Amino acid sequence: MTALDEIKIGGIGASRLRVEDDRFIRGKGGYIDDVVLPGMLHMEILRSPLAHARIVSIDVSKAWQIPGVRQVLTGEMMETRNLAWMPTLSYDTQAVLATDKVRFQGQEVCCVIADDPYIARDGCDAITVEYEPLPPIVNPYQAMEPDAPIIRDDKLGQVDNLCMTWEVGDKEGTDRQFAKADVISKLHLHYPRSHPSPIECCGSVADFNRSTSKLTVYMTTQAPHIIRAAVALVAELPEHMIRIISPDIGGGFGNKVPVYPGYVCSILASILCEAPVKWIEDKTGNLISTGFGRDIYLDGEVAMRKDGKILGVRMYTTSDHGGFFSDAQPSKFKIGLMHSAFACYDIPNTYMGARGYYTNKAPGGVAYRCSFRVTEAMFFQERMIQAAADDVGVDQAEFRRMNFVKDDDFPYRTAWGFLTDSGQYGKCLDVGLKAIGYDDFQVQKAEAKKRGRILGLGISTMTEPLGAGNSREYDILGIKMFDSAELRVHMTGKAILRTGARTQGQGHETTWAQIVTHELGIPAEDILVEEGDTDTAPFGMGTYASRSTPVAGAAVAMASRKVKAKARKLAAHLLEVSEEDVEWELGRFYVRSSPDRGVTIQECAMAAYSNMPDGMEPGLENISYYDPPNLTWPFACYICTVEIDPDTGVWDVLHFVGVDDCGVRINPMIVEGQIMGGLTEAYAMANMQFITFDAEGNCVGSNYMDYLLPTAWETPGWELHEVCTPCPHHPIGAKGIGECAAVGGPAAFVNAVMDALKDYGIRNIDMPVLPDRVWEAITYGHDIDGSPPVKTDAE
Amino acid sequence: MTSLYEEFRDPPAANVPTRRIQVYVNGERRTVEVEPRLLLAHFLRQALKLTGTHTGCDTTNCGCCTVLLDGLPVKSCTVFAVQCDGRQVQTVEGLALASELHPIQEGFKDEHGLQCGFCTPGMMMASKALLAENPNPTEEDIRWGLSGNLCRCTGYQNIVKSVLWAAEKMRNQ
Repeated sequence: MTALDEIKIGGIGASRLRVEDDRFIRGKGGYIDDVVLPGMLHMEILRSPLAHARIVSIDVSKAWQIPGVRQVLTGEMMETRNLAWMPTLSYDTQAVLATDKVRFQGQEVCCVIADDPYIARDGCDAITVEYEPLPPIVNPYQAMEPDAPIIRDDKLGQVDNLCMTWEVGDKEGTDRQFAKADVISKLHLHYPRSHPSPIECCGSVADFNRSTSKLTVYMTTQAPHIIRAAVALVAELPEHMIRIISPDIGGGFGNKVPVYPGYVCSILASILCEAPVKWIEDKTGNLISTGFGRDIYLDGEVAMRKDGKILGVRMYTTSDHGGFFSDAQPSKFKIGLMHSAFACYDIPNTYMGARGYYTNKAPGGVAYRCSFRVTEAMFFQERMIQAAADDVGVDQAEFRRMNFVKDDDFPYRTAWGFLTDSGQYGKCLDVGLKAIGYDDFQVQKAEAKKRGRILGLGISTMTEPLGAGNSREYDILGIKMFDSAELRVHMTGKAILRTGARTQGQGHETTWAQIVTHELGIPAEDILVEEGDTDTAPFGMGTYASRSTPVAGAAVAMASRKVKAKARKLAAHLLEVSEEDVEWELGRFYVRSSPDRGVTIQECAMAAYSNMPDGMEPGLENISYYDPPNLTWPFACYICTVEIDPDTGVWDVLHFVGVDDCGVRINPMIVEGQIMGGLTEAYAMANMQFITFDAEGNCVGSNYMDYLLPTAWETPGWELHEVCTPCPHHPIGAKGIGECAAVGGPAAFVNAVMDALKDYGIRNIDMPVLPDRVWEAITYGHDIDGSPPVKTDAE
Repeated sequence: MTSLYEEFRDPPAANVPTRRIQVYVNGERRTVEVEPRLLLAHFLRQALKLTGTHTGCDTTNCGCCTVLLDGLPVKSCTVFAVQCDGRQVQTVEGLALASELHPIQEGFKDEHGLQCGFCTPGMMMASKALLAENPNPTEEDIRWGLSGNLCRCTGYQNIVKSVLWAAEKMRNQ
């Protein structure tokens, strides 16, 4: 009997082609807009054209006159049902439909429900809203002015625009390090507002059935169980009568985590109309009203010895949260996991102070391809590292290497309290430097300079915390951050697996089966994976923050192991030996003393339903709720070379190398796909993708003509390398990977451009590093701060 | 299309004009009464239930709604259904022949050219038009040829490989 080849049957390490592709390539995916229910009505939202204004009056009478209009929702109507406001993920409140005033451009004011979406749109156009404009606030520095208008006058006791303050670290210890430092490097940075912008916008189909009192909501959500809990609490409906179905999702990237007013309105509309109600957001609605990412300023300081050893770091952040504090983040942390910055460096003392402000911009603060602000943390870190290396006069690669946490320092407690547990940082850097040809490039750069060409090389190295919980420290609105998997092995050895996560392109239908295959030897093609239906899937926290593999993936392995433990008893029974005499090889139990005598996992499955021993419960299934002991800590080293055209400021990527250590790779093909996607978003953020506002609070970047996403044409090619340090606590040694490239990538590009411009006396150009900003910096020899085109005195 | 009966919830508004059009969709003649303002994308999705054509951006940027109109790629979110009267429209549903996948579909699966799958139908239709014009494209040709279609998941590198894969297979057929 030859052992099974794990790769051939689609286990861990197999670049198995994706099973979900079969429907997608035929145009048979089932996305939210593909859901059609009998008698379904359509809802459209009327949004505020102004950023800050008091609502004087709303006249909906003309909308009602349009044939086919079935219902019109206003804030006043919502108020009578106690639904005008809803809780946010950060213990604030957010208006569902505006009652008193509008607080950002694009805020939801009315909804029209009609026989088709065109009529619903006509209905919105027929509504007249009279506004009394108020002065808008478009950045946190305006918000903190003493005479600034108070945006959240709805909140009792709110006397200014401050939305939160938070501090972490050892202030006095850090001060002492700074006092004895030889060199202090300072940098002021801005990470501009961005939008995750999945191509598919948000939407829902709410279906309240009065005869059964059951509410079914199809919804673009990355976390269906959290939504079920939120709907139960907000709409005061019994949780067991709520079914949230997250259909195929056309990209999430954090944008589809929060509860948006459109979802709530479609639910109320379905209850009022006694019919299913579909709401599909348009692109502008998505870009101007749903969860943004970033929008944060940093004052950072690094204290060093003159040989380059870092002694301490101070970070002061000033963040812009928009009209409502609805950041998606674990409740203990007010600026997400910003304090995971510098986790890959050995630094004795660190301190962070954070303050956040309300402004007249869309709320959100979502973890855009990111674990709760780690993208900002790692960008600030790597920009500060490069500036510090320059200031102390040490080569940027060497500076990183000398300050890295070393391989034998693990487990390592960072000064901000995180516990990193594994990694080979120096090795990753070596692989990257070799691949990019670091030493050759320095020669090439010097040669090029003689001929008037400007070249630069940027490095970004980082480890980041992926896979929240553990539940001791991580919860959202009090719900602990664990995850789940339920495995049922059928009589014939085929299986169905359900988890509390929700794939949005990550390929769970393919990769989860591979974990079961690894654990049980059941071929991956014999395992059906289902997610996204709260009536059938076990409770889980959903998919975001690269937590699926670290948490739900671990639950898949643990559920499989529980199944295997029972299968072992069945095997002992079938083989007529005691359990202790049974050995396991992939897919098969055998008698230790007689390896030819064995039973396959499939035979055990059959026995579980047809020939179980006396006293044993029938069936072969189990469930695991997995609470991880720690986060996982992947490491990445991204290195990029660029050439700048000094006449136009255009910069081109010459070569990009990515080295990722995400531990054991379940499906290398999918992992590389995730990395390339993340790198493209990193490139986008460095180069072109940002949302800004004019002085009136008009959103610049409200459609794809203004909000630039890279196409195949401008996107560079990616060269990927791998280092593998298994995660010591994850059942299969895996670490999160989905966001690493988007988190660590931006600094590589910006550092490359800054490296190129060092000789011009330029220290910083804030993202996006647009050609005109580069040209201006070169031509006038000064730094470029803030987000274009709005600039304030404070910037 | 005929049906035994059609129920109207309200008498149709007298001032809404409609037009009867005949469109050949994936080779099949479809005769439908439409409002002149109905977009081709919505005509395909709602009237004909061909939901493989997606709408992403409404402004002709993302290309998810790309279909072939008389063999040429158009973004169906900015074409009116009435403009297609008497013309041929091909959608993603028309790519495969019965159970046999088109080489472009095979290429996208084989080279991991999709993740969430939302842009994929438009990407594949644009690729079809590209390969019809240029059966032996370079990587650069493909990147330029697909620059009217956005993807947020893949970073394009595997999409380029998918189209190269399909081109090779189609040349050898």
